[in-house]
Amino acid sequence: MLRTYDYPKYEYRQPPELSGGGTRKHPVVVVGAGPVGLTAAIDLAQTGVSVVVLDDDDTVSVGSRGVCYAKRTLEILDRIGVGDACVARGVSWNVGRTFFRGAEVYEFKLLSQPDHKRPGMINLQQYYLEEYQVRRALQLANLDLRFRNKVTATAPRDDGVALEVETPDGRYTLQADWLIVADGARSSIRRMLNLEVEGKVFTDRFLIADVLMKADYPTERWFWFDPPFHPGQSVLLHRQADNVWRIDFQLGWQADPETERKPENVLPRIQAMLGADRKFELEWVSVYTFQCRRMAKFRHGRVLFAGDAAHQVSPFGARGANSGIQDADNLCWKLKLVMDGLAPDALLDTYDEERSFAADENILNSTRSTDFITPKSRTSTILRNAVLGLARDHGFARTLVNSGRLSVPSFLTESRLNTPDVAAFGCDLVPGAPMDDAPVEEEGKHGWLLDRVGNRFMALVFVDDPGAVGPAEARAMVALAEAPVPVEAALVSPRGGAGPQGLRVWRDSAGRYAERYDARAGTTYLIRPDQHVAARWRAFDAQSVRAALARAIGNSE
Amino acid sequence: MTLKLQPNFHEPGKRYVRAFTPGDDFYEALIETHRGLDDEQSAMVNARLILLLANHVGDIAVLREAMRIARAGV
Repeated sequence: MLRTYDYPKYEYRQPPELSGGGTRKHPVVVVGAGPVGLTAAIDLAQTGVSVVVLDDDDTVSVGSRGVCYAKRTLEILDRIGVGDACVARGVSWNVGRTFFRGAEVYEFKLLSQPDHKRPGMINLQQYYLEEYQVRRALQLANLDLRFRNKVTATAPRDDGVALEVETPDGRYTLQADWLIVADGARSSIRRMLNLEVEGKVFTDRFLIADVLMKADYPTERWFWFDPPFHPGQSVLLHRQADNVWRIDFQLGWQADPETERKPENVLPRIQAMLGADRKFELEWVSVYTFQCRRMAKFRHGRVLFAGDAAHQVSPFGARGANSGIQDADNLCWKLKLVMDGLAPDALLDTYDEERSFAADENILNSTRSTDFITPKSRTSTILRNAVLGLARDHGFARTLVNSGRLSVPSFLTESRLNTPDVAAFGCDLVPGAPMDDAPVEEEGKHGWLLDRVGNRFMALVFVDDPGAVGPAEARAMVALAEAPVPVEAALVSPRGGAGPQGLRVWRDSAGRYAERYDARAGTTYLIRPDQHVAARWRAFDAQSVRAALARAIGNSE
Repeated sequence: MTLKLQPNFHEPGKRYVRAFTPGDDFYEALIETHRGLDDEQSAMVNARLILLLANHVGDIAVLREAMRIARAGV
């Protein structure tokens, strides 16, 4: 098994608590060194917070598991320093094709707009993502990554959390001010705290196989409803790195998982799909069922749940790992502000509010996809097949074909951190929206908007001519950075040149910023550290920016 | 009026960020309408639905066109 990948084995080191190093209280402990826990740990460590990560294993994910990483995730991974490695290794794709029985009925493009740094989606085995994240984590002196450290008891208190941890050298107690729980769908911490997850279990089974083969299929997502080689069920084919292909077969609820995962049963299924002449090797196989459900609250005092530990979705749409990484993105800047005493504790309640809202959207979309892909009654099947039958010729039916609504970030439109619009805008970047990317040029060098924002609040002010910004106005912009929670102002302009008083100038080199942000002279966006829009105006006004900042860090009223 | 064959689902007062959302809203409501019914009851619901919608459309030329397309290829 796994001819293409050598599993790293990470070294266990005796924790200081067991080698006489004392039991000091740690600011943040993260449980789980998967994609979500590592994103949170790296994000916090990069902003100067000391973090301990505990994981009961000493390697990365076994099998490819999460394979699709969406554009928004890549932007977050860029922020924590692993985006390039993932994109270099991963397979970028933009086109999905849907087949019904023998014929293609529908083709979609993920990202129809040009001029974004990142593609709509890459496919990459989860073990690579984790490996790159571990590598990044090990570069950070204030990130203490502890393998083979298993949490056996959790005691939350008003001022922190006490953990009992088991290691090859024995047990120790760890004290934390804050605990981030990212230990997956079967979260042991969640169970220790007797917290429920509620939702819907789907009565269906799927077989996933990683297959090594040389094939000249285009790099696209192919989805079959009721194909001749697997009648009555659905099949998904996806290319990953290293000529590994992911194949997903719907099996039906009656299938016996033990029988189905045996190679003598798996191989003929794959051969029937690929044709008798195709040579391939089986790398990894698993049979799974799934649930769409979430915890009622993601925050329990000083314990914060993220990723699959907090919410689970069906795999159609790749909304699992992608949404978990967005949880971390949403949580870390809030936690840092609260820890530093710069924002009220209630800011962390908005982590729960915003990410519950996102989880509900993910659950809704992945439930709808599942209901379309695996209809549960004769009538549902007939309606589904009617849609597929009409889809080849009629546009309206194509939009109803649902083989997975692929992960896109939530527009946090209901968040109390947003300042409502007071002027009209002709674009979708409403308060709460995730930012759109655009090419920008700074000091003559080409770059990307999203590489320049994030990790702090920013005010982006669009001007016709940076040189024409008056000294008083420039001073007001610069002064925004002098507050306890600084806002860095930058000018975006169709013209380059130097900004007054050291203000950065980003030239809107392709005009995409003006287009995507509906920007004209004076248009100002307040951007959160997680690259979401907090507020926008048609003219720059320092007082309005300060008020919106106060609201965005939970200080309104 | 001619029969609309391009996406046309929408709901007053709702703003959509994703193009697939209004169609998915409709489809979910349709499937929900059938929840808990047996096949015969579902067939009856579908028949009633067709009659209600046909009356709403009213234009028999449009309905003939829809019937023709629905029948073709079945």
